[in-house]
Amino acid sequence: MQALNLDYMVGLVPVLLGYLPLTLGMAAAGMVCALILSCGLAVIRVSRLPVLNQAAQLFISFFRGTPLLVQLFLFYYGLPQFLSFLVSINGVTATIMGLTLHFSAYMAESIRAAITGIDRSQTEAAQSIGMTNAQTMRRIILPQATRVATPTLMNYFIDMIKSTSLAFTLGVTELMGATQKEAASSFLYFEAFLVVALIYWIIVEALSWCQKRLEKRLNRAYQR
Amino acid sequence: MIALKGITKRFGEHTVLDGIDLSLARGEIIVVIGPSGTGKSTLLRCVNFLERPDAGQLTVGDLSVDAARATSDDILGLRRRTAFVFQNYALFAHKTALENIAERMIVVEGLSKREAHARAREILERIGLADKADAYPAALSGGQQQRIGIGRAMAAKAEVILFDEPTSALDPEWVEEVLALMKQLAAEQQTMIVVTHEMQFAREVADQVVFMEGGRIVEQAPPSELFTNPRDERTRSFLRKVLAGNAPSDA
Repeated sequence: MQALNLDYMVGLVPVLLGYLPLTLGMAAAGMVCALILSCGLAVIRVSRLPVLNQAAQLFISFFRGTPLLVQLFLFYYGLPQFLSFLVSINGVTATIMGLTLHFSAYMAESIRAAITGIDRSQTEAAQSIGMTNAQTMRRIILPQATRVATPTLMNYFIDMIKSTSLAFTLGVTELMGATQKEAASSFLYFEAFLVVALIYWIIVEALSWCQKRLEKRLNRAYQR
Repeated sequence: MIALKGITKRFGEHTVLDGIDLSLARGEIIVVIGPSGTGKSTLLRCVNFLERPDAGQLTVGDLSVDAARATSDDILGLRRRTAFVFQNYALFAHKTALENIAERMIVVEGLSKREAHARAREILERIGLADKADAYPAALSGGQQQRIGIGRAMAAKAEVILFDEPTSALDPEWVEEVLALMKQLAAEQQTMIVVTHEMQFAREVADQVVFMEGGRIVEQAPPSELFTNPRDERTRSFLRKVLAGNAPSDA
């Protein structure tokens, strides 16, 4: 048995960290787009808007019901076959698109559950002071639902950061892609993948810490 | 000034309100009493369309609405001319006491946050909770929460405040402070309709007491008359029950 090549591992860290902005950038972009899309889907589902509601259900069903990797391949390799303007789609864009659509399907259901979980009296109180439905949703229901949904949404964000590693299958050299290349040239596979695993782990731990702070802040109003 | 005519509400086959007529002049106070499940709360909730009446005519101030044909503008109009105090307070859980009172002024009246907060502070002074401006509902006692609920209703400067059993959910120790605030409002000539089981309050404050049973108004009279000399047997029987021994507090 051969000892771990620690010098190689230490030297690899700064090389791989150079790819961190791309990984985090794709995750952040995906999360922002997914939040917007999922809020829209959730509101459509809650208000049972005809036609749109069915469309939202179908969307959620498909993107929850198929693997992310299949969806990424479908967008990157498949769609340009029919939609010629997508021929020039790059791997990064395709990944952000895939992450957005995939995760928004899950997040929409969490947000919907959070909205329907808000006590009916909150809506009635808002109506009683003469708020419109849109005002009630924006100022009373969504802020409270945000607090309920935050732990779940943060979990999806963590999952999304890790899922950016799939971009490497679309030829994007992000954290995972770079590691693969480094490992292939050094033949130190174990060391290389151990380093990248630790990097992902530390990012997620840092995020969990932020999550705790955020939840504490959001719970401020509910302390007795 | 406020007039209800033929207000009818059905839940499926069951008629909860069977053609209610009621009217109040500015500054008048009506207390509605009656057994549980006779539609008292539903009647109040029909005035601002938290429940949609099936038929009838509602007039609040300068707005008159045919319930069966009410548009969303009509409903909004009624809600902006009335204010509601809920049995379970229903304060906005994510907003402070001050923000709860200021919310309507910001959203409905379009006041700046600064001005709305200044006015909300005045209301907090009036209800004796100036020191709780930045407290969230969860940190307040039931009595304090309900006083904020009333403060929120006061902020509306509504034609009428509708009180739906405002002391029923309170621990007995908090009932007095809420009733005291309502009496203060009464002394300021605030028009109100109050559904309550607090007979003493009705006696002291009401201009008219309405006894409801089975979705109908059985009897309506000034408290001096209704409590001492009720005409209908059903009223007598109800009053015997609730006034037996020590008048039970809001149950």
